[in-house]
Amino acid sequence: MARRNTRREKLITLALHLGLAAGLFFAAFPIYWMLASSFKTNGEIFALPPTILPRVFTLEAYAAILTDPVKLRFFFNSYLVAAVVTILTVVIALLAAYGFSRFNFRGKAALSTLIISTQTLPPITLLIPFFGLVVSYGLFDTYAALVLTYLVFTLPYAILLLTGYLNTLPRDLDEAVAVDGGSSWTALWRVIVPISVPGIVATSVYTFLLCWNEFLFALTLTKSTDMRTVPIGIQLLMGQHAFEWNQMMAMSVLGSLPLLVIYLIAQRYFLAGMAAGSVK
Amino acid sequence: MTARGPKANYKLGRTVAPYLYLSPSLLVVGLLMLLPMGMVITYSFQESAVLRPDTSFAGFKHYAAVFGDEVFWASLWHTLYFTIASVVAHMTIGLAFALMLNSNRISPMLRSVLRVLYILPWLFTQVIIAVIWRLLLDPNGVVNSILIDLGIIGSKVEWFSSVETALHAVTFANIWAGYPLFMVSLLAGLQGIPKDLYEAADIDGATGPQKLFFITIPQLMPIIVSISLLDFIWTMQVFPLIWLTTGGGPIYATEVLSTYTYKLAFSQYNLAQASASAVTILLISVGLTLFYIRHQKAR
Repeated sequence: MARRNTRREKLITLALHLGLAAGLFFAAFPIYWMLASSFKTNGEIFALPPTILPRVFTLEAYAAILTDPVKLRFFFNSYLVAAVVTILTVVIALLAAYGFSRFNFRGKAALSTLIISTQTLPPITLLIPFFGLVVSYGLFDTYAALVLTYLVFTLPYAILLLTGYLNTLPRDLDEAVAVDGGSSWTALWRVIVPISVPGIVATSVYTFLLCWNEFLFALTLTKSTDMRTVPIGIQLLMGQHAFEWNQMMAMSVLGSLPLLVIYLIAQRYFLAGMAAGSVK
Repeated sequence: MTARGPKANYKLGRTVAPYLYLSPSLLVVGLLMLLPMGMVITYSFQESAVLRPDTSFAGFKHYAAVFGDEVFWASLWHTLYFTIASVVAHMTIGLAFALMLNSNRISPMLRSVLRVLYILPWLFTQVIIAVIWRLLLDPNGVVNSILIDLGIIGSKVEWFSSVETALHAVTFANIWAGYPLFMVSLLAGLQGIPKDLYEAADIDGATGPQKLFFITIPQLMPIIVSISLLDFIWTMQVFPLIWLTTGGGPIYATEVLSTYTYKLAFSQYNLAQASASAVTILLISVGLTLFYIRHQKAR
């Protein structure tokens, strides 16, 4: 009886590890293939049989991207827009989160429902009026068009995340400031902000990623190659007649780098942000 | 807002202050969300909008045009197929991975390494997911080569450019990209299930599958329902993945509501009719959102 049980246990453990290996192949093989292809020559991409490791390991695709001023400009634009939106979002959201977390006021429930519901707004619905507004205010093909429209989508998440974070901080802290005659404004900046760094980091990370990944608005509200961001740059590479697959993969790897770096350094913050929509 | 001490002043501060703190956010929400929503509804009732606008009232003309267009109905059907298949698969794969990772039969080291690797697909934006799968599913690509070697297919399949396979291919790419949200949430949920439930079940002699179906899944149900709803709402909005793999083609085979609307607006420049289509999407989305909020409140 006991022996049969241990055999059964061993079989279950073996099956589990086989399942995990299959899962690993499913999850990681496509990413590995992108990475491997970015180090191949363009001629080797579709070699038969496929080469698991690059037969000729080359950095030519990366060199082609990193020496092309047009493509470097895509990266510059992406970093710039994402950084500006992140700063604006965090400041505006922090104020709102403080209001939600520390005050009771008329209309609080309705406002928080409004903000939760903006999370689910279809971007395509807002795109047409945004296009109308951007054209009529002369903002078409500018950074401002991207920064303003991205705020609509980053702000709700940031408010929810930061409100959740501030709710975990004891209220005695701000009450101590009030007892000393300090205003809520003083309490926010002197007491709350310094101890909210983890929440602020998580929010910034998530906001940055939302901007970095945005495609639809960047596609429609900008036009010149000077204003394009990385996702559009990748699309432009795909639209060319001769497919430079290795360059497309190298650009995709470079375009994913900020996410991978943040993920590996700050996994905890990253997941907190990613799960923002689900844990409220 | 410097408090000067007196209690009355402090109380006034407490009444006005929250609105001041919220004002920048309300400005953004009002100007960049509520106003555009009003605009798109207005556009949808105009003769034409934005470029060479004609603001005379067109009634439900554009809605009639959208609902009379068979491509719209095909897009709605494709969106539903894409969304339902994605959500069901995300949930199944996410649950399977979460259960495997949560098992005490694997070493903690292996668990933490695999957790990192299993989350990877989530890190990539839809544009890059599109690029990756175009590479993998290219007629000369590695997937065809493997499937031919295994004898599963006889000749090269044009996954993204044949009418029979294109919709399944984009759905598969989306399934790959989206399961980690479920996995991460369910892993967190699994750790929150009280251990004594399992201990009690062990005493009663429950089998593994019994524990799964009578303890684990019921305990995870609130998370499963709320993530499914969110995933459903978000997946319905898919645009870049389809735009960059099939562009809605071949011959509308993968047209979804967002690509249909985008083409009306920015290929045909029929912005009024596109607005009618966009408002329809908005209404579907609002309906689902109300349902989601009701569910969240009930929790």
